[in-house]
Amino acid sequence: MSLESSLRAKRAAGRKLLVPYVTGGLPGWDDAVRACAASGADAVEIGLPFSDPVMDGPVIQEASERALRAGATYPSILDSVRRLDVAIPLAVMTYYNTVHRAGHRRFASELAGAGIAAAIVPDLPLEESAPWTESADWAGVETVMLAAPTAPDERLVRIVARARGFVYSVGLLGVTGERDSLASTAATLARRVKTVTGSDGIPVLIGVGVSNAAQAAEACTVADGVVQGASVMRRMLDGGPDAVAAYVAEVRAAIAS
Amino acid sequence: MTLMAEPSDTGRFGEFGGRYVPETLVPACQELETAFRQAWADPGFRTELGDALRTFAGRPSMISECRNLGDRLGVRLLLKREDLNHTGSHKINNVVGQALLAKRMGKTRLVAETGAGQHGVASATAAALFGLECKVYMGAVDVERQALNVFRMRLLGSEVEAVHSGSRTLKDAVNEAMRDWVANVGATHYCLGSVMGPHPYPWMVREFHRVIGDEAYAQCQVLLDDVPDVVVACVGGGSNAIGIFSGFVDGRSRLVGVEPAGGAAVGRGQPGVVHGMRSYLMQDEFGQVLEAESISAGLDYPGVGPEHSHLASIGRAEYPSVTDGEVVEAFQALARSEGIIPALESAHAIAWVMREAHAMPGATVLVNLSGRGDKDVAQMMDLLA
Repeated sequence: MSLESSLRAKRAAGRKLLVPYVTGGLPGWDDAVRACAASGADAVEIGLPFSDPVMDGPVIQEASERALRAGATYPSILDSVRRLDVAIPLAVMTYYNTVHRAGHRRFASELAGAGIAAAIVPDLPLEESAPWTESADWAGVETVMLAAPTAPDERLVRIVARARGFVYSVGLLGVTGERDSLASTAATLARRVKTVTGSDGIPVLIGVGVSNAAQAAEACTVADGVVQGASVMRRMLDGGPDAVAAYVAEVRAAIAS
Repeated sequence: MTLMAEPSDTGRFGEFGGRYVPETLVPACQELETAFRQAWADPGFRTELGDALRTFAGRPSMISECRNLGDRLGVRLLLKREDLNHTGSHKINNVVGQALLAKRMGKTRLVAETGAGQHGVASATAAALFGLECKVYMGAVDVERQALNVFRMRLLGSEVEAVHSGSRTLKDAVNEAMRDWVANVGATHYCLGSVMGPHPYPWMVREFHRVIGDEAYAQCQVLLDDVPDVVVACVGGGSNAIGIFSGFVDGRSRLVGVEPAGGAAVGRGQPGVVHGMRSYLMQDEFGQVLEAESISAGLDYPGVGPEHSHLASIGRAEYPSVTDGEVVEAFQALARSEGIIPALESAHAIAWVMREAHAMPGATVLVNLSGRGDKDVAQMMDLLA
């Protein structure tokens, strides 16, 4: 199932897009993914835990450390992905060393083999991305590109051109984590990216610093949808899959109205 | 044409280096590269830097001959005395350069990572001198074993934050400094402390430490009318080693970078990508970065600067390792025989010479004594008591 065609079809039907993030390998993570799917998520981003997650704040750092302590490896997570049986596309979020160590083609094939539609590699900027994107294209894995508030317009054009699945419009200057309010950079950047994509181009989702249902609704007035990371994972760490399900349903209701 | 020239357009030394950073930081790295390129070509900047190194850092550093230890080992042992620089190590060369550059770029705040505290103290010092705000990230384990340096940094007006994530040492301090930089990229310069990180850091930091090699080369010409047979330095990220190697890489000298046995990135690592660069890295089969374990906080790092990976891969430099036990022995030997207490980091280089001298009788060996051991005295007192 292609991530981009699925998201485009839902957008065309007037739906705002919701992509929660779940750290793979945590006890109960597979139930959390199913809970997201059953509560209104349009896709789920599965984090492959890494020892040195430089784009992540304290909540996702803790989730990653717990998953690694529980013995999570990316092959064990992909094995579980095969058994998830959810009806929405799945993406992985992975730091580049995991890809580099496995080898680009091997990693891309393993993702495709597990039924993963797309990959997000937050420490792989455009200039360094070719060895991965060539392998991902070859294997049929869509590479989501991140656009940051610091990017000049000409860079946004190149990022949008290379993006598959959706464009991940980074909401603020900073790492993942919850904030009191939606940063002003979130709407500003999403508008700039939408100017590049056009209204019927590749979907644009705001992620990083979208911290609750109200902020998600605010972000969706500009963007096609949102990625929800730390706010989901805090509930996962505190309350498990049921708390995740309730939260995803709450965000879905907020962005639908 | 020197073997240690500018990296490629993509910041590579052979197949190592590059710029693997989150999108947010790409423009900042590009801005830094442009600013450094312009400054380095500007005689005014060179003069300003040279003046600061001479009148503030205390350069040039001298070369001392170790007759007692040298005689015992059967080699001619020379030390490049970076331990005599202001703040007690070679780190001052780089931070004075970066602080001047940060001011030139209109930045008002520095962030830095530190292991042993040498780079943190140097950064805090430069920030005080040049009127910049400064925040230093230090692993919680290192905050504990280097409490005096933590106090020094605070005395100099810097904020020190203990990092409790991951292995709570240098690599995690780098992660946290990068996270701070991502969040505050407009007014903040990341004052990285070694020849590592994304392009242009490995190149820029090497250029700021090239003064070590340039001075040592000229001093050896006067003293020996020749280059040394062997040039030795300790390697964590590898900045002091790159500095002294740069003076001798194009000659006949054997270049030796000494890693700690518990942090042997070149010796035991595989190519990997972390902290913005592709280089040798201690990692497991799935690419998880392993925790280094060394008696010296400054070398407690699972990676290494990309140019060292390049020099190793083309066979121009070699990267053996020494054990903590050998280091403790060397630390004491230099103190007793020469009246010089080395930093535990620098004692790695001495330890290698003590172990290998028998295989190179009569050789002239130049060791870069990168730092002094004052900061390690409390730790050694506990260990040796």
